[in-house]
Amino acid sequence: MALHPIGLEHFLIVAALLFSMGILAVATRRNAVSVLMGVELILNAANLNLVAFARYTDSGIEGHVFAIFVIVLAAAEAAVALAIVLNIYRNHQQVNVDQMSTLRG
Amino acid sequence: MSLSTVLFYLFAVVAVGGAAVVVFANRLIHAVFALLFAFFGVAGLYLFLNADFIAASQVLIYVGGILVLMLFGVMLTTRIYDMRLMAERVQFKPSVIVVGAGFAMLAAVILKTPWPVIDKPDSISTAKTIGSLLMTDYVLPFEVVGVLLLAALLGASMLSSRDGEEEEGDL
Repeated sequence: MALHPIGLEHFLIVAALLFSMGILAVATRRNAVSVLMGVELILNAANLNLVAFARYTDSGIEGHVFAIFVIVLAAAEAAVALAIVLNIYRNHQQVNVDQMSTLRG
Repeated sequence: MSLSTVLFYLFAVVAVGGAAVVVFANRLIHAVFALLFAFFGVAGLYLFLNADFIAASQVLIYVGGILVLMLFGVMLTTRIYDMRLMAERVQFKPSVIVVGAGFAMLAAVILKTPWPVIDKPDSISTAKTIGSLLMTDYVLPFEVVGVLLLAALLGASMLSSRDGEEEEGDL
């Protein structure tokens, strides 16, 4: 990896690192809110890839439009997921995902 | 190293370092505040890529909206004053091994692929182009996303309303 001209590969590597961190958070955390934070990291990594490809390749600005949609979907997902987490906490007094093995409430 | 290179590595380190703290922090509240740095770092990277509108959306929606939501989620669902509260981890070693292997594979693919990179002139502002694209080519997804946001809003407020019709499981 060449150091001086910042190119597409640099952004892709950063996005891959963010993605790996997100997967790690989803896989290893027990708290449901932490798992949500991992999902947000993964979406950020995907967004970074979209914008980087829009900047460095011959693909117009559509990547930015998709990134906007991803951000909006992430906001909707976070709102609904946190509402569900709050409901689970109200019924179970804890939000550990590995103890949520039943959906019976 | 030029100034832009230094700035790129600064933003990249802030983003990846924040993400690392999100994964490895022992206190849940530290993880949430590290997520703030990760989002700001990614916003800086967007600025670096001439994506001014995306960077502004990132700061407004992620930092201003989603992160505050996460903070509420942490503070409402855990006893934050309990200093023994640790964000426990499960299956840590196998996850690190698998994710490390996955990252190595991704990095190998990224570095080996001959990307069709072209030289593009730096655009002044992308907001105008994005706006016209959203109103012409992408107007159907735009409207669908609007309906989805409305549904998510209603669903979230209905799910979290305390005195709905589902009172049997309540305190």
